Amino acid sequence: MAQVITRPAPAAPRGRPRGRRAWRDILVGWSFILPNFAGFLLFTIIPMLTAFALAFLEWDSYGDPEWVGLDNFARMLGDENFHVALRNTLFYAAGHIPLTLAAALGLAMALNRKLRGVPFFRTAAFFPYITSLVAVAVVWNMLFNPTAGPINQVLEAIGVSEPPRWVASKDWAMPAVIITSVWRDMGYYMVLYLAGLQTIPKEYYEAARVDGANAWQRFWGITVPSLRPTTFFVAVMLTIQSFKVLDLIVVMTDGGPGRSTLVLAQLVYREGITEGRFGYSSAIALVLFLIVLTVTVVQFRINERRSAS
Amino acid sequence: MTALVRRVLAYAALTVMAALVLVPFAWMLSSSLKRDNEVFTVPIQWIPNELRWSNFVDIWERIPLLTYLGNSAFLSVTITVLQVLSGSFAAYGFSKVRFPGRDALFLAYIATIAVPWQAYMVPQYIMMQKADLTNTHLAIILLQAFGAFGVFLMRQYYLSIPDELCEAARIDGLSEYGIYWRIMLPLSKPALASLALLTFVNTWNDYMGPFIYLTDNDLWTVQLGLRSFIGQYDAEYAMMMTGATLSVLPILAVFLLGQRYFIQGIATSGLKG
Repeated sequence: MAQVITRPAPAAPRGRPRGRRAWRDILVGWSFILPNFAGFLLFTIIPMLTAFALAFLEWDSYGDPEWVGLDNFARMLGDENFHVALRNTLFYAAGHIPLTLAAALGLAMALNRKLRGVPFFRTAAFFPYITSLVAVAVVWNMLFNPTAGPINQVLEAIGVSEPPRWVASKDWAMPAVIITSVWRDMGYYMVLYLAGLQTIPKEYYEAARVDGANAWQRFWGITVPSLRPTTFFVAVMLTIQSFKVLDLIVVMTDGGPGRSTLVLAQLVYREGITEGRFGYSSAIALVLFLIVLTVTVVQFRINERRSAS
Repeated sequence: MTALVRRVLAYAALTVMAALVLVPFAWMLSSSLKRDNEVFTVPIQWIPNELRWSNFVDIWERIPLLTYLGNSAFLSVTITVLQVLSGSFAAYGFSKVRFPGRDALFLAYIATIAVPWQAYMVPQYIMMQKADLTNTHLAIILLQAFGAFGVFLMRQYYLSIPDELCEAARIDGLSEYGIYWRIMLPLSKPALASLALLTFVNTWNDYMGPFIYLTDNDLWTVQLGLRSFIGQYDAEYAMMMTGATLSVLPILAVFLLGQRYFIQGIATSGLKG
């Protein structure tokens, strides 16, 4: 979001409109906005506000809605599925965020040079991101096949005698999902990092070289600090993306084996759409939203403090 | 001489990296040309003994792939057209026409981007159920065609077009709609291309929307069809990979044709659809 509002629009007039010209502008302005706004209001804003209200209601597909205050939230405290889903979501985020960030930065560093063929490599690195999730999940499920999958064959070849059973085991299913998602998403964030790298003046590096700094020192002394705005933006995006993870899990493991990869968004789906418990599912959705919001606000604060110092 | 060595090393590193990134695709392609029982062999066979191109013929009879592709194409094209038209139209109102309340309204658009779709998918579903629109393509179109994303991307671009240009056109007697149609649209072709490509690919790849709303096999998209094929025929590994390859090909074509606009769209907006 940080980059959305880069250019301010010319200010809209405040106060009451005066004269025919002003009324005409209102009509013309709204006529442009209305086709999109009607759909947006009906299918995004209203459901959003409804979700908020539903969290305080008891309502399933058969009965009438009934106000129950915070009961839905109290119920969550005792719901083991919720605890498991929350833990799994945190696990996923803890793996997905740092690994994707590191992989994206690594790719961007490697591809930020003027060599013939670099555009091809960039394309290759980006392509997984726009490949459909179903294809990604099917292929990786087979790569992760415990007995004859290529990944375990490689692991055995390099001396791992009992490689993990990946998606077939409760302990390794989530790491498998994380690896798949890092592979899929790194190209997207690489594009953002490449844009960031291009804003660093070359003179910085030349000056550091003259002062005798080696590549490692140049990386930590120049590249990392200069990329802070990009890293901040990438971290926020990754956080939001991680906490709402849904489709990859649904397609790849469907929450299994057991509940080992059940995540919050999936619980919302199951409770709300499969089971028809609209109130309870909306309460979980609200918690999900609040977590995302809190983490984002905290990241903003940390970024502010660091930029100030 | 050292320059040459460095260059060779750089290429070696890049090649290793590209290989790691592309290995899953290589495996998909190679498996799609095998027999089912040749897919999982020890050691891995990257190039099949006999290339079974017949897989790519047989799959059309195994599953109604043509119907699925048709549905995916229909949804993607319809949603893209609506999103591009309504998004660029609204963006003009948000960037070139001045009226009170405009900026507050735009802020509301921005704020919704922070709310994950997963948080309001249930109320959307209830609405569609009440309107008797579940199990129709219309539900998916209505839910996805009026997103805030298109408005952002286009507004961002329109703000870089000087107001003086619109002012001059106004003096020449062009109406606001005329300015939008004859000046802004032609000038914003790169942004339109970015938006169209991103929307198309997102819709084509979307799984959850069709998964939630479409129950009839006749209405299914490629993604749903492929997923259910895997559930049904667990051991037909080669055929699965054939299906996966076919589902990726249209996206590959679209991507290679319009790569530049993809990257620009992402780099300028920093947002996903």
